[in-house]
Amino acid sequence: MLDTTLPDFLASDAQAAERDAVGPGPVPLTLDVNNVSHSLFIEPKTTLAEALRDSLDLTGTKVGCDRGACSACTVWLDGKPIAACMMLAIDVGSRKITTIEGLAHGDELHPVQSAFIAHDAVQCGFCTPGLVMSCAALLESNPTLTIDDIKAATSGHLCRCGTHPHVHDAMLDASRIRKT
Amino acid sequence: MNSFEWSSPRDIAQAAGVATTTVAAAMVSQSGRLSTDGVVFKAGGIDLLDLMKEGLLAPRGIVNLREIPDLAVIAQADDGGVRIGANVTLAQLAADPVIRTRFLALADVAGNSASPQIRQVATIGGNLLQRPRCWYFRSRDHHCARKGGEVCFAFAGENQYHAIFDHNGCAMVHPSTSATALVALGAKLELTGAAGTKRVVGLEQFFLLPEVDIQRENDLTPGEILTAILLPPPAPTSRSIHIKQGETDSFDWPIADVAVALDTAPGGACRAAAVILGAAAPVPHRAKAAEALLVGKTIDADVARAAAHAALQGAAPLTKNAYKLPIFETLVRRAILAVVRGG
Ligand SMILES: Cc1cc2nc3c(=O)[nH]c(=O)nc-3n(C[C@H](O)[C@H](O)[C@H](O)COP(=O)(O)OP(=O)(O)OC[C@H]3O[C@@H](n4cnc5c(N)ncnc54)[C@H](O)[C@@H]3O)c2cc1C
Ligand code: SF4
Ligand code: FES
Ligand code: FES
Repeated sequence: MLDTTLPDFLASDAQAAERDAVGPGPVPLTLDVNNVSHSLFIEPKTTLAEALRDSLDLTGTKVGCDRGACSACTVWLDGKPIAACMMLAIDVGSRKITTIEGLAHGDELHPVQSAFIAHDAVQCGFCTPGLVMSCAALLESNPTLTIDDIKAATSGHLCRCGTHPHVHDAMLDASRIRKT
Repeated sequence: MNSFEWSSPRDIAQAAGVATTTVAAAMVSQSGRLSTDGVVFKAGGIDLLDLMKEGLLAPRGIVNLREIPDLAVIAQADDGGVRIGANVTLAQLAADPVIRTRFLALADVAGNSASPQIRQVATIGGNLLQRPRCWYFRSRDHHCARKGGEVCFAFAGENQYHAIFDHNGCAMVHPSTSATALVALGAKLELTGAAGTKRVVGLEQFFLLPEVDIQRENDLTPGEILTAILLPPPAPTSRSIHIKQGETDSFDWPIADVAVALDTAPGGACRAAAVILGAAAPVPHRAKAAEALLVGKTIDADVARAAAHAALQGAAPLTKNAYKLPIFETLVRRAILAVVRGG
């Protein structure tokens, strides 16, 4: 893992990025990930996916295409699913990031995670963290789901193992449980 | 991706003029070697990062427009129309009640382009200014005419996704699906230059055919910020729609798309018509013959069929894309009938 702790002499300049140009070398910045504030020292070109995986060791977020076209890297930005490979870490600012590691409460899984297990909605698992993040965001915003809502919310996710039908079943179930 | 300097101004006055070049100009070279001295604007960054990751663009600096609050607002305009800030995201547009009730074609296209994750970040301004998807253009190994090279690889190559109209020297299709709908709705752009100078230009006039300039898709000048998209108030009797055909049922760019806007006298004849074809030409293509055929008529299935046929007048398919003709004809007919029947 890279050393990303902030050198003391730079800590006070952390807000400098707001106005004047910073970089191209490493820049101090703060990322709020899963309700923990992290100080990083990284180049402006670092994507959020790279910062999460390489600097913070949060490797649950997967990188498939690195071009916004597979959704494996889906995380929440202020509660909304985005592609972490197509966002620069420096562009996140004070917005809150939630990753797959932040979904469970201790040992208690998020209902979507439990439903994925119950419905065997996982094969190789590479696309799964991203799919779970999209599905969990959907369930938070709309507890009374239809199959069309689920298809729309997961339309950006490529799964080469063909788990989508099991994901649909898992989500319908999770929504039934939430309603009762 | 190259390393770059980063700044994030908080207002338009601070940002205007800071970019030293346009992305189009920064990608032109004689030799195929990347220029590394330009400073460019970024909104959502979806197209910009794609170009940089592919090694097609290597700016010295990026000026982030995403922290400028004024650019992210949808507001009622003085003329009764709507003013859409350039940073309004596709997701915001799709969810906006005013856009959905008054400018259905735009709500449709914003809600159906790309994936939910991309729509959350992609801005309407960046969408209009994204660079072509032509795979030779997107390939570092093909120094094509649009990047300052000698040739267009599409005419003798894999041109199944290329243009069927107006491919004079370059056969790319305009990449913005939103542009199809916005041209049909008569959109104008407000552009702000250094020192706050503003100009307003029709979206249709803003886009350039390859015969005018093969190296840029539009008339943006270096340092100029697209600040707003202006939609004139639609007549209360007018309606619009946007429909598209993908190669598969997925989030990829469509192989053909159509926007139709019609103003119809209650229970009577069509007073004004816009029929625009996307993924058909290097700019959103206005099907003038189809429009002429609709105006003055009470539109039924026969009129719609005739207009759809007329929409392909002047088409010149390439070696591998004649399949687009019947698709466009069907889309135009369906779009016209959907508008007339109100659904
Ligand atoms: C998987 C996938 C599917 C997609 N499908 C579609 C689709 O079906 N239809 C479609 O139309 N698009 C599609 N896109 C493209 C996507 O919508 C665009 O890349 C996006 O809208 C660009 O907006 P942005 O805000 O990210 O722009 P950026 O990448 O930030 O900017 C794009 C360009 O505009 C310039 N720019 C941006 N804002 C301004 C401004 N205010 N003033 C001056 N210059 C500015 C930048 O310098 C840059 O050259 C898809 C993308 C992906 C990844
Ligand atoms: S169609 Fe245009 S962008 Fe594509 S190879 Fe030809 S010149 Fe380049
Ligand atoms: S890795 Fe980000 S969308 Fe594919
Ligand atoms: S489970 Fe293997 S890619 Fe989806």
